[in-house]
Amino acid sequence: MAVETRVMNCIMCPMGCELTVTIEDGNVTNVTGNTCPRGPIYAKNEVTAPKRMLTTTVAIEGGALPLLPVVSADVLPKERILDCACYLRGVKVQAPVKTGDVIVENILDLGVNIIASRDMELHEQ
Amino acid sequence: MSQLYDVIIVGGGPAGLSAAYSAWENGAKKIIVIERDRELGGILQQCIHNGFGLHHFKEELTGPGYAHKCIELVKDKLEIETLVDTMVLDVQSNKTVIAVNPEKGLLKLEGKTVILTMGCRERTRGAIRIPGERPAGVFTAGAAQRMVNMEGYLPGHKIVILGSGDIGLIMARRMSLEGCKVQACLEICPFSNGLTRNIVQCLNDYDIPLYLSHTIVAIHGEKRVTGITVAKVDERMTPIPGTEFDIECDTVLLSVGLIPENELSRGLDLDMNPLTNGPVVDQHRETSLDGFFAAGNVVHVHDLVDFVSEEAEIAGKYAALKAQGKLSSDNRTVKVSAIDGVRTCVPQKITMPAQIPADEKIKLFMRVAAPHRKVKLVVKSGDNVLLNRPLPVAKPSEMIAVEIPAAKFNLIGEEISVGLVL
Amino acid sequence: MEFVKSADVVVIGGGIVGTAILRELSKYDLKCVLVEKEPDVALGTTKANSAILHAGFDAPTGSLKAITNVRGNKLYHELEHELDLDIKWTGSLVAATTDEEMQTLQELMARGRKNGVEGLQILSHDEVVEQEPNLTSVKGALWAPSAGVCWPFGAAIAFAECAVQNGAEVIRDCKVLGFVKEDGKITGVETSKGVIAAKYVVNAAGLYADEIAKLAGDDTFTITPRKGEYILFDKTACNSLVYGVVFPCPTKKSKGILVCTTTHGNTFIGPNANEQDSKEDLAVTTNGMNEIMASARKLIPNLPMGASITEFAGLRAVSSTGDFIIGLSDKVENLYNAAGMQSPGLTAAPAVGELIGKEIARVSGAATKADFKAALPKKKSFVRMTPSEQAAKIAENKLYGRVICRCETVTEGEIVEAIKSPVGARTVDGVKRRTRAGMGRCQGGFCGPRVTQILARELNISIPEVLKERADSNMFYEKYPVDGGEE
Repeated sequence: MAVETRVMNCIMCPMGCELTVTIEDGNVTNVTGNTCPRGPIYAKNEVTAPKRMLTTTVAIEGGALPLLPVVSADVLPKERILDCACYLRGVKVQAPVKTGDVIVENILDLGVNIIASRDMELHEQ
Repeated sequence: MSQLYDVIIVGGGPAGLSAAYSAWENGAKKIIVIERDRELGGILQQCIHNGFGLHHFKEELTGPGYAHKCIELVKDKLEIETLVDTMVLDVQSNKTVIAVNPEKGLLKLEGKTVILTMGCRERTRGAIRIPGERPAGVFTAGAAQRMVNMEGYLPGHKIVILGSGDIGLIMARRMSLEGCKVQACLEICPFSNGLTRNIVQCLNDYDIPLYLSHTIVAIHGEKRVTGITVAKVDERMTPIPGTEFDIECDTVLLSVGLIPENELSRGLDLDMNPLTNGPVVDQHRETSLDGFFAAGNVVHVHDLVDFVSEEAEIAGKYAALKAQGKLSSDNRTVKVSAIDGVRTCVPQKITMPAQIPADEKIKLFMRVAAPHRKVKLVVKSGDNVLLNRPLPVAKPSEMIAVEIPAAKFNLIGEEISVGLVL
Repeated sequence: MEFVKSADVVVIGGGIVGTAILRELSKYDLKCVLVEKEPDVALGTTKANSAILHAGFDAPTGSLKAITNVRGNKLYHELEHELDLDIKWTGSLVAATTDEEMQTLQELMARGRKNGVEGLQILSHDEVVEQEPNLTSVKGALWAPSAGVCWPFGAAIAFAECAVQNGAEVIRDCKVLGFVKEDGKITGVETSKGVIAAKYVVNAAGLYADEIAKLAGDDTFTITPRKGEYILFDKTACNSLVYGVVFPCPTKKSKGILVCTTTHGNTFIGPNANEQDSKEDLAVTTNGMNEIMASARKLIPNLPMGASITEFAGLRAVSSTGDFIIGLSDKVENLYNAAGMQSPGLTAAPAVGELIGKEIARVSGAATKADFKAALPKKKSFVRMTPSEQAAKIAENKLYGRVICRCETVTEGEIVEAIKSPVGARTVDGVKRRTRAGMGRCQGGFCGPRVTQILARELNISIPEVLKERADSNMFYEKYPVDGGEE
């Protein structure tokens, strides 16, 4: 049986409690250092399936700016964030775009859409 | 061309837009927002990350998303005019504003009130006197952020970030997502000035080492940055000889503090607070000069844009009332002092109303000087305690906001002090 | 030998001295070419110095330094209007803090009078404080009314542009690699852009003047770099510093660490003086900054260090002869040196130009041009215009209505004009030295990227090709492609 302890900062609120997490065979069995019940929940997610939002840009043609900022509609697996960012570096869209428009559907089959986080009107040259 | 505006707002970022909307809501009929950039929204347009708006709009937004909401509020309102690509050159004490625009030329605007919402700028290499050569590749984090997020170019490929404030941390992640290698983040203080959330998600997630109590003692490179020398610092923040080591990089991004942009305020000779670097304001955000209001990062640097909007709405409301002759100014003034571990408090003075409306309240925004756990924030006037708030954690990087309700106003004497009790 | 170009005179080096010489030469019927190894003129000692137009009391009477200083100072008074130079005739003070130093002032005054400096006067403590209220610890001072401060890069660019409008050519990014000689005489200058045939060569190569001379066959002198570091303050700090030029009492090595104003009202402290081997090392050091702060505090105890906006270092070219080296080489019959131009080189430059110009005109027998155009078109910066002038300028060109540099109020119109002018800006720092965009308190943090974009557009190059200053000092890069980046 593999037992590991890991120290992490809870990021559920500004308190930033330093948690000591005991992990046995990949499962969280004990959490200390938290001051509220959200600490252990955070620790479990971080250990078993950490997830993150992704914000980046894609290229856009015909807009006032060359880039369009985008955001994931939901959290993505942490370990796939860089893959998604790399994929989005190759994406180019056409103006006009409205806030909330889907830019990439179901990115890398992860079940999450990438959406525009601002309007980009067609720019008259 | 000369017209009389109820409210002239200098700066079209979140503060200016929120102030404009609030002035409109409070009955101002002729409002103008002047923005120097090519579009409204201010610096938020380049802050493409999420985490904005939870307090103010009750949803999590990206920077452009937050800007969009602010722009929607002022859009299509006949009473609100907006000018972009327009630089204010001078604000005169008679509330004449001189500005230039490529299409409209030299503009002279006259107002009944003026709200200053110019935001802040970044502290530079020169201000902190980093030794070494002066090659290309040293940028403020915000300048690099604009290039990466809006213009589509990289400042370099191997990055070191000086300063662990939130902008620096956000840029560490941003450069990593763009395929760059972030070699290190250096912080001269023994603690980070950024949110824990950002330390975790922007540094730890990308295995970027954070060196606390370290700083750059030399930048190398005759043409482009080739590397830096780093040293550990003592408790007086002086580099300790013998602790130097080199880090190879082609880019240094500086996130070493923000300074309210008060060039126009200085021209007006407003009373300034040397600690916030912004004008002294009362609870209405009126400055020492009658009819001149200020809000947002030009008054004091905020941690959250949500508070900027809140403060700007106050300024917008009272500027509108003042323009309509509904704000009396004949009352006594109470000084608010930050003491005992509280570094700054805004407003710095309170204009006591002659008659206190039951729903009146005064919100104080503070920053502490050093990090603490389990302290009490005490607001007093003489021996009267107006407020006693336990704080599980207090950090210099996070603003603390408290409200004094109208019911306590009768306890306010000559002055108010705001301090920590350990 | 194949020549890419042929000239009567090739001037090597585009600093204040080389450009001043080029301008003088362009008064004569001579085909003149100036070659500069860097992407812009004024990139060596000219770009980082105290910018003072000295009165001329420092140098030993009869030395080339003394003669050209006093003459150069006079010439700037004439050139100021012709070339629309930025000069403030502030006068200068040498401040004495001890009785011994008061004695030194007498010696300086006596020497100055012998050198031909006019108006020198010893001021009492009260008289000094009247001028400079922060100099409370001073016993008295030597007042030299003819001194001033100038915009040194602007002067070099103006000299170059005046020469160009009179037919001279300025070639940048052009490094001298060697010389073609016949019978001990130079016939061509071998450069990174090909060989230029030359009848006369002027060596104004600054720190590298000894190496250029040696390449030509003259090893009679060496140049040692002497570093001077500076700290520049925000304009708002001047009321806690000084309004004019204040020297401490001089030492043998240098005129000491100054507290001094600039043409645009910033104040600086510096320079120190440390000899070094490297002609490229322009690093500012912690020790150096501490040295200049400690020294400046002797004059101004409470320095407003929170208002510093930049620190920089310059290298002075100190000659092994102890004086300027001006005139025909002892070893090469058509090589003229203008070397060892440390302080007061900036002040002396027009006088050096005059000496060398006249000499080459004499030996070559070239006639004076009847149509020499001495005056440059006036360029008033937007921020110094009256409101009605500003309005008229925007009506003429709308780019003057877009402010790019917030700190110094520099418009896009001025930046485009600086790029398009005869010896135009090609780099971000080149724009800075012509317009002040980036010279303010944010030091280009805001406008640097915008200036980069304007340069790319006007020069028709890509943004990653835009340089900060020297070759390979690129500002920005293309984004990584999908498969690029760190593995």
